[in-house]
Order: sequence, then structure tokens, then C-alpha cells
Amino acid sequence: MPTLLPAPASASPAWLAALAAAGAAQFAAAGLPGRRSESWKYTNLETFGGIAFVPAVSCALTRAEAEAFFIPGLDAVNLVFVNGVFRPDISDEAAGLGAGIVCCPLSEAIAKHGALVEPHLGRLSAPAITREGEAFTALNQAALGGAQSGGFFLHVPAGAAAGKPVHLLSVSTREGGVFASHGRNLITAGSGARASFIEHYVTTDDAAAATPSVYLHNCITEIVAGQDAKVEHYLLEKDSVCAYNFSSLFIEQAEKSDVHSHTVLLGGKLVRNNVAPTLKGTAAHCLINGLYVGRGSQLLDNAMRVHHGAPGCFSRQYYKGILCDASRGVFSGRIIVDQAAQKTDAIQQSRSMLLSDDARVNTRPQLEIYADDVRCTHGATTGKVDEEAVFYFRSRGIPEAIARAMLVYAFAAEGFDRMELEPVRKLLAREMIARLPMAASLSIEV
Amino acid sequence: MTPLLQIDNLHASVGEVSILKGINLTINPGEVHAIMGPNGSGKSTLSQILAGKEDYAITQGTVAYNGKDLLGLGPDERANEGIFLAFQYPVEIPGVSAMQFLKAAVNAKRKHHGEEELDAGSMLKLFREKAAQVKINPEMLKRNVNEGFSGGEKKRFEIFQMAVLDSVLGILDESDSGLDIDALKVVSDGVNSMRNGKRGFLLVTHYQRLLEHIVPDFIHVLVKGRIVESGGREVALELEKNGYAKYGIYQPAKH
Ligand SMILES: Nc1ncnc2c1ncn2[C@@H]1O[C@H](COP(=O)(O)OP(=O)(O)OP(=O)(O)O)[C@@H](O)[C@H]1O
Ligand SMILES: [Mg+2]
Repeated sequence: MPTLLPAPASASPAWLAALAAAGAAQFAAAGLPGRRSESWKYTNLETFGGIAFVPAVSCALTRAEAEAFFIPGLDAVNLVFVNGVFRPDISDEAAGLGAGIVCCPLSEAIAKHGALVEPHLGRLSAPAITREGEAFTALNQAALGGAQSGGFFLHVPAGAAAGKPVHLLSVSTREGGVFASHGRNLITAGSGARASFIEHYVTTDDAAAATPSVYLHNCITEIVAGQDAKVEHYLLEKDSVCAYNFSSLFIEQAEKSDVHSHTVLLGGKLVRNNVAPTLKGTAAHCLINGLYVGRGSQLLDNAMRVHHGAPGCFSRQYYKGILCDASRGVFSGRIIVDQAAQKTDAIQQSRSMLLSDDARVNTRPQLEIYADDVRCTHGATTGKVDEEAVFYFRSRGIPEAIARAMLVYAFAAEGFDRMELEPVRKLLAREMIARLPMAASLSIEV
Repeated sequence: MTPLLQIDNLHASVGEVSILKGINLTINPGEVHAIMGPNGSGKSTLSQILAGKEDYAITQGTVAYNGKDLLGLGPDERANEGIFLAFQYPVEIPGVSAMQFLKAAVNAKRKHHGEEELDAGSMLKLFREKAAQVKINPEMLKRNVNEGFSGGEKKRFEIFQMAVLDSVLGILDESDSGLDIDALKVVSDGVNSMRNGKRGFLLVTHYQRLLEHIVPDFIHVLVKGRIVESGGREVALELEKNGYAKYGIYQPAKH
């Protein structure tokens, strides 16, 4: 079986090398999660394990080709990665977001802003690598300092607001070969700081590609939100239907901070999305908003780990899955409430709509509550399009395909409504609709 | 003259259970017909079959609309050809605003007739005009279809839709049930204002009260899947007085 471990990089400084070595050792010892792994129970990695991934062999792309993937109407700092490799020549200037704000490749930040990076990089992810099922976290850490570890550092100091959202556009191309990329982003927001960060995965494969590209994105983003900070994070995943995307978002929230994580999974063969906030200061707010649309034989696995570590915090998990054809969805939602975290208010909701008899979804709530004065609820529903509603639409003259699409869109719409950036919302709504089986000739106002 | 609707010996069933057992009914342009009948006699089944509900098997008989076979058309085609069913139980549609819903319906009809989509301004004007006509608050259009509407609001919203879609054959399945006196007047006025020499209506009702507001040309009594009596207003008055006993139907005591 080919190894996924990147060749050891001569990472410097020493603290970075130590992180990488620890990751490599852990991955070598634990290997890929197998069939018995509790946290990968519904997601089989057997075929994945046989693929020999290499560093990207090419990262050619023109600015015009990249621009086709920009978010229409969004005034953002567009940072383009091609097959995991940063391409400053076709990216926007990252400087100038505001006084004291640092926005640069992580490698540059390690060299130039060590004092800002060292206390935080890996601080949230490193303790996770020994947990069950976290092989990909270890693998990502093993790649730190190497060529396959492209990513960005965004630092917004206390009281500052990033003038524009940062749009990290990750374009994958056939010319990149069967590449693996272990991207790594770090976002630190000081007290009262504000920032929006978009991770956007796209492919130049066209929808009808006979042999879609095979590649792996195994990216980790860490967000450290200071007191009263407000951070919005988006993960928009539209990879090739033969690609693997393992994404992890680790978040640490100080008192009264407000972090929103929006995830929309539309592409990929096998996608695993981990969102793991730790509410560390009192009265912190966390919103996890997710939507996934599976087609063909896609498997979209969402694993939440919400850790309430302080009193009076508020967390919301709202996930919606739309599953067509023979696709599979997984939603695992763990909520951990420490004994100290009294007055926790946590809600978890997972709703799925199955558009085909062969589509499946597995949902598991996992509550670990050690405090007694909490409000913690979870709920899961799975259904189909309401046929009575379809008839109601048709009885008003609306053709069946449009009726169904409008109903599926309506199911997803509240997820879009929670997103603050309207251009992102509109783009995603359009792209979601375009992926529905009944989408032909459809024009829904979004 | 070609009848607007001609139902001939219509039999329909669900699974093994036969519900309609030979319905004959002809509605000419300009006519208003009322159907009365005990609970479970098949009134809604007939209404839904006319609108194109696919849950029922048509085992015998024909239905012609403007002289052409109706049963071969899908529900959306029927609607676009002018048939409108005001539901006994209008369906709540979370996540779809009444505005979005009606825009889609209006434009579907226009497309069906080879017309351009209506621009936003004209659409709004149309909605305002019809809202005034059936006295609904246009603010209601911002809400999701039927979601959280009161019983009476739902019924009024159905009549509003019929007015917006400018339907030719209106089938009103108990549009009067649960209405207060003012709302009953609004619904009746809505229907009466649409009455002309071309349109036809089929009113399903339990109460002769509605028929004082919308005076029908014919009243039919449907019992156990068959029309057992047809006539004028006297039929309704008689039913109001004596119930369905004479048709051999057990009626629970009125409370
Ligand atoms: N889809 C269905 N499946 C099974 N039975 C049905 C179905 N639709 C109607 N029925 C049955 O057919 C009969 C007629 O029902 P229908 O709703 O047409 O009555 P109705 O005359 O409209 O009664 P009401 O006055 O109570 O509205 C009832 O016994 C009903 O249970
Ligand atoms: Mg009925």
C-alpha cells in the first residue's frame, strides 16, 4: 500500500519541525482509520488507501481561468491556489486589508511573524492527533513546513476589521496529476476583531469529464477568536467527482466571541468535513450551518465536535442533506459539555431529504454532558419531497420538475439565509439548484 | 354549444375500494353547479380527480373539458387550460413564499400559452388588483404559502389564487367551511365577480348558507359515489331541514 506521508521536509524553525515529526510519528503508528474505527463507521477508506498520491506535477493556470471561479459580486481578496500550490502571480494583493492586519502565506508568516504564529499554529489541532479517527489531522501536521502544506495566515488585531473577505480559491486541474495537498490555514482574531474567510474548492474538470481527476485535499484551518471577536468561515466544496476532500476546522472561542461556520458540500467522491469548536470563554456564540448535496455515488460525511468548556455559551448546529441517486450522507454530531459549562444552550439539528430510493443517510447524535443545568437538544429527520405539496404546485399550473426543484430549494433555503455574505449565498443557491436532478430549464429566483 | 365540463359514467377507486360509482354531470359555460352530500360520499375525490390527482384509478367513464379528453392531461396542463381546484385542505409549503409561488404559477400559465413572462412590475400590479378584489392583505404574499394561515385565510387565499390565475372552471371544495360571516361574503363576492357567460363553477358545500350568496343553477346530491338527486334551490332547503335520511344514510346527531 502506498504511503500517504509526504517526504520529511527539513522544516524550520525547530518548533515547526517538532510538530511535523509528531504528526508523522502518530500517522505511522495509527495508520488510516479502518473498518472498526468508530468515527469512520459509515465511511470506508479501503479504495482510498490504495491510491498513490504525489506532489502536484503542474500548477499552471491563467488569471482569467481563475477569475471564472471568483464569486460574482463579492469584493474579496482572491488568493488562488492551483493543485494546492499558492500562485501569487494570479492572486490579488493580500496586503492592505487594514492597519495591523497580516494576510500572507503561512510559510511567509512563520518566517516573518513568528511571534504571532508560533503560539497558535497546531495549538488546537495537535492535541487532536491522538484521538481516535484523526489520522488525517496527524497527516496534515506531518506535512507542515513542506511543499504540500500551502495555506494562509490571517491575523486581525484587537479592534480591527478586515476590510474585505479573504477568498482562498483552491483550483484543481487534471494537469496536477494524482496530487495530495495538505493545506493549512491559521486565523487569529484579537478582541473585538472581525473577519470573513472563504475556502473554496473547485475543479477545471467539466461536469461531463469521461475520467474525472483524482486528487486529495486534506486541509486544516484553525481559528482563534478573541473576546468579542466575530469571525465568519465558509467552506464551499465543489471538487471533481473522483476527488477526496478531508477538511477540518478547529475553532477556539474566547468570551462573547461569535463564530459562524458555513459548509456547503457539492462535489467530491468522498468528503469528510470536521468542525470542532471549543467554547472556552463564557457567553461565546457558535453557529455551524451546513448543507450537502450528494449525487451519483458520492459520500459526504460530516463530523461535528462541539465542546462547551465555559458557562453560558450558545451553540447551534443546523445541517441539511439532499441526497440523490445512490449517494450517502453521514452526520455525526458530538456535543461535549464540561462540568463547568453550566447554562449551556446547545441545539443540534440534522435534516435530510432523500430524492431517490437508493440514497441513504446515517445520523448519530452523541451527547456527553457533565453539567446539570444545561439545555441541550438534538433532532434528526429524514424525508422525501412532500407529494401533497407537489400536487398543490401542479394544480396551480407549475410543471412537476419546477415544483420539485422549488420544494427542494425551499428545504435548503434557510441554510443560505444564515449566510451573511449575499454574493456567496446567491452563488451557492444557483449552484445547488443546478445540481438537482430536475434542474433542466429551471429558473428560481434566489 | 360544447359543454365546459362533461362527466360521463365516471368510476374511480383506490386499491380495492371503489369510491365513485358512475358520476354523470354536465356543466355548460356560465353555469354554477353545487354538490352536496354526506361526509365520505366522494365529493373531494371527484374534485381532486378533476384537478388531476393521480392517486385514484379511473376504472370506467370519460371526462371532457371544452369537448376534449381531460383525463389524459397532467394536473399542471389542466390548470394552465383554466381548471382551478380550491382545496378543502390547502397545503402548507414551508420555505416558499406566496409571492414566489404565484409568480411561478402565473409564468407557467403564460409559458403554456406561448406568452412572455410577466415583468415584476406588472406581476405586482396584478397581485394588488386581485388582492383588493378578494379583500386580502397583500402583506400576506410575503408569508410562506398557507403556513400559519388561519382556516379562513387559507380559504381566502385559494380564491385569491383563482382570481390571479383567471380560471375558467372553478371547483371549490368546501371553500365556505370555517369562514366567518364577513369572510363568507368575501369569498362569495369573489366568485360572483368572476361569474360570466364563459366561466363555470362547481361548488362543494355542506351548507345551504353559501348558496344564498352564490346562487347556483343546479344542485346535485352525491351519496356513496353516485349523484342521487339533481334540482334547483329546493333540494338544498330540503336537505337543510331533513338531512340525508331519505337517502338511507345514517347521520350522526347534530351537536
Ligand atoms: N387516497 C385515498 N385512499 C383511501 N381512501 C380514500 C382516498 N381518498 C378518499 N378515500 C375514501 O373515499 C371516501 C370519499 O372521500 P372524500 O374525501 O371524497 O369524501 P367527501 O365527500 O369529500 O367527504 P367530506 O364531506 O368529509 O369532505 C372516503 O371513505 C375516504 O376515506
Ligand atoms: Mg371533502
